Amino acid sequence: MSTETIIWLLPLPPLLAFFIIILFTNKGKSLSHCIAVIAAALSWLGSMVVFVRALGVEHFGKEVFQSSINWLPTGNTWLKIGVLIDPLSAITIFFVAWTVLMIFVYSVGYHNYGQPKGDHDRKGLPPHGATIIDENGHSHTVPSIEPMYSRFFAFIGLFAFGMYTLVVSDNLLTMFVGWEIMGLCSYLLIGFWFGKPSARNAAVKAFMTTRIGDVFMLLGIAFVYYATKSLSFRDILNEHTLSVLSSTTTPILGLSAAGLISLLLFIGTIGKSAQFPLHVWLPDAMEGPTPVSAMIHAATMVSAGVYTVIRMFPLISAGFDGYHLTTTMSIIAFIGAFTALFAATIAVAQNDIKRVLAYSTISQLGFMIAALGMGAYVAAVFHLVTHAFFKALLFLGSGSVIHGMEHGVLHTGDHSVDPQDMFNMGGLRKKMPITFWTFLIGGFALSGFPVLTAGFWSKDEILADAFGNGHFVIFLTLAIAAFLTAFYTMRQITLTFLGTPRTKSAEHAHETPWTMTLPLVILSVFAIGFGWVGIPDKFPLLGGILPNWFHEFVGGTLAEAPEVLPFNFMPLLTSLVVALGGLLVGWFVYRNVRSAAEDKLQFKLLKNKYYFDEIYDLLFVKPAYWFAETFAYKFLDQTIIDGFINRIGGVAQSIGTGFRRYFDAPVVNGFGDFLGESTKRIGRKMAPIIQRGRIQYYMVTSLTVAIIVVVLYFFFKA
Amino acid sequence: MSIPLSWYLILSAALFSIGLFGVLARKNAVAILLGIELMLNAVNINLVSFWRYGNIASISGQVFAIIVFAVAAAEVAVGLALIISVYRRRTTVIANDLDLLKW
Repeated sequence: MSTETIIWLLPLPPLLAFFIIILFTNKGKSLSHCIAVIAAALSWLGSMVVFVRALGVEHFGKEVFQSSINWLPTGNTWLKIGVLIDPLSAITIFFVAWTVLMIFVYSVGYHNYGQPKGDHDRKGLPPHGATIIDENGHSHTVPSIEPMYSRFFAFIGLFAFGMYTLVVSDNLLTMFVGWEIMGLCSYLLIGFWFGKPSARNAAVKAFMTTRIGDVFMLLGIAFVYYATKSLSFRDILNEHTLSVLSSTTTPILGLSAAGLISLLLFIGTIGKSAQFPLHVWLPDAMEGPTPVSAMIHAATMVSAGVYTVIRMFPLISAGFDGYHLTTTMSIIAFIGAFTALFAATIAVAQNDIKRVLAYSTISQLGFMIAALGMGAYVAAVFHLVTHAFFKALLFLGSGSVIHGMEHGVLHTGDHSVDPQDMFNMGGLRKKMPITFWTFLIGGFALSGFPVLTAGFWSKDEILADAFGNGHFVIFLTLAIAAFLTAFYTMRQITLTFLGTPRTKSAEHAHETPWTMTLPLVILSVFAIGFGWVGIPDKFPLLGGILPNWFHEFVGGTLAEAPEVLPFNFMPLLTSLVVALGGLLVGWFVYRNVRSAAEDKLQFKLLKNKYYFDEIYDLLFVKPAYWFAETFAYKFLDQTIIDGFINRIGGVAQSIGTGFRRYFDAPVVNGFGDFLGESTKRIGRKMAPIIQRGRIQYYMVTSLTVAIIVVVLYFFFKA
Repeated sequence: MSIPLSWYLILSAALFSIGLFGVLARKNAVAILLGIELMLNAVNINLVSFWRYGNIASISGQVFAIIVFAVAAAEVAVGLALIISVYRRRTTVIANDLDLLKW
C-alpha cells in the first residue's frame, strides 16, 4: 500500500470498532475489547509504518506525504480535504499511536476483565466488588467487572478516531471535526459513571468550558477562510500568504490579521489544553475512569490543543523578527508561563493522587505553550512528545495504585478509606513493585531528573531557549514552576510509595494484572529513552554521542529550520538545581508525614485552587442561571412571549365566541332550522289533502302541475 | 291538399282531451283504460299528420305510430290483467275504492 493510502486509513479502525461494538457486540465483553484493542493495534501498526517510511525520506520537511480530494464545491473552486504527514505530525502520530494502544490494553485490566459480576453493581456507577467463596468456604470480596465494559471500549475507540483524524488532517476543517469528536467523547467518558452527581457535573463543566474555546476557534477558522479562501495548512502556511496576512491590519487591538487569527485559534487551545483561565475543567475531569484521564490528559485531547498551536506556529510567528515577540506571541508566552507556575502551586496542596497529576498536566502544558510563545518551536514539540509518554505513564500508574488500593479497601471492607487519597497510602513500593518503579521513572521524568529521563532533556531545552533568547521573566517563572514540579512529584512518590502503610487498606494493596503493568513498562521505556533523541550537540560530555536527530527532524517542518542555540551553562545549572533540589526537598519534607494534618503546605488558598471555581460560579454560572431563570424564563418566555401568545389566543377566542353567539347561532342556524321546520310543517299539513291514495286525484294534481309548469315556461320564455 | 294540418291537430287535441277527461272523471277502471287508449291514438294522429305534412321521404312518423300501437296493445293486456286481478280480490273495479296507496 502506498503511504498516502495508509495515512487515509489510519483513523478508520477505531471508528469501525466503535460502530461494531455499539451496534453488534455490546453484549459480549471479551469480543468487544478484542475488537477495540485490535483496532487500536491496526492503527498503531499503520502509524509505525508511516513513521518508519517518513524516517527514510531525506529532507522529509520538504517532501511530505500528502494527498487530498475535492469535497465541497464552493462556487468555482472546491473545498479540499486531505491528509498530511510532515515531521510534526509524524512525530505526533508516533506518540499518539503508542499511548493510545497502551491505554486500550490497560483498560482491559483496569475495568477488571476476568473478574466476576458485582453483587449489586449498577450501570453508571463504579463497580462495588463481588463476593466469592473459595474452596475452603471462606468468603472474599474481590473487584468486580465494570457493568458498562463494552461501552467504555466503544467510547475510547471513537476518541482515538477523533485524535487520529486531527493529527492526519491537512486542513483546519477536518482538524476541527476531530477536535469536536474528542470534545464529545471527553464529555461521554468523564461522565462515564453518570450515576455519580460529581461525574455528571464534571462532564458538563468540561464540555461547557472547552466549548468557550471552541467558539473562538471556529471564529478563527472562519476568519482564515475569509482571509485566504482556503483552510489547507499548505495554502495558509506558505510564505506569500503569511506575509499578506501579517501586513493586513484589523481593527482589534491593532493586531495584524495573522495575529488575530492565531489569537482566536489559541483561545481554542486554551480551552482544550486547559490553560489559564479555562483550566478549571481539567481537575474535575478526574471523575472519569483512570484510562480516560490518561487518554484526555496525556495522549490525546490536551496534546491536541498544543498540537494545533504548534501546527499554526508559522502563522503565529508571522512578523516575528527572532527577538521582539509579536503581541500574540507575548500573550501566548505569558499565558503559558503563568499557567505553568500557577498550576504547579495548586498541585502542591492536593491530596488526591490524580488531581496532583491533573494540575501537573496543566502546568506542563503551560511549559509547552510558553515555549511556543517564545518561538522555541522544537522545544515545544519535544516537550509535547516526552510529556505525552511520561504523563500517560503517570496516569496509568496512578490508576494502578488506585486499583491496588481498591483491592485493599475491598479486602478490609473499610469503605470509609478513599483509595485516591495519598494520605491513605504509603509503603506501596513493596506491595506493587512494578507500579512503583514505573511510577518512579514517570515521576522523575516529570521532574526532569538529570540526564537519564526524557523530561530533563525537553524541559532543559525550553529553559535554554528562554534563557538564550533573553526572556528572563519567562525563564525565571518556568524555573520556579520546574522546582515546584519536582517538589510535588517527590511529595506524591513519597506519600504513595515510600515509608510505611498509613491504613489497613494500603497494607493489603495488591499488584495489578499484567494487562495493566505491561503498558506501564513499555511507556517507562519511552519516558527514559525518548529524551536521548534530542540531546543538544554542544552538551558537555554527552553532546554529539547521539546526533540531535529530533531537532533536525522536527525543525524541518518549518520553512526555515530553527537554529540551534549556543550552549550555555546557566540554564543547565538551573534545571539541574531545580530538579534535584525539588526532589530532595520533597522527599525531606514528606518522608515522615503521617497524616494530612501534619502537612504544612495545606494552605486554604491552594487547597481551594485560588477559589477559581467559586469565582467563576459567582461571575458566570450564577448570572447564567439568573439570566436563564429570571430573565429568559420568567420574564422573556413567560411574561412576554407567553403573554403575547395568550393575549392573541384570548382575542381570537372572544372573536370566535362573539361570532358564534351573535351570528352563527341566531342567523345561520336560525335560518337553517326555520327552513327545515317550515318544510316539515307544510308537509304535515299537506299530506292528508293531496295524498289520499286515490289515483285520479293524483292524476289531476299531476295535470295541474304540468299545466302550471308549461304555462310558466312559456310565460317566462316570452 | 285541401285539408290543412291544423284540422288534424285540432282533432287530435280534442281526442286527447276527451281521453284525459275519461281518465280523470270516470270511476270504472276499465273506462279509465279506455281513456288512456284514446289519448294514445290522439298521439298517433299527431304523428301521422306531421309525417304527412312534413318530410314524406322519412318514415319515422309511421314507424313511431306502429310502435305506439304495439305499446298500447301491451299496455291493454297488462292493464286488463291487473283489473281482473283486482276484481278477484276486492270484487270491485271502482277507482275510488282502491285508495290503499296513501300516506
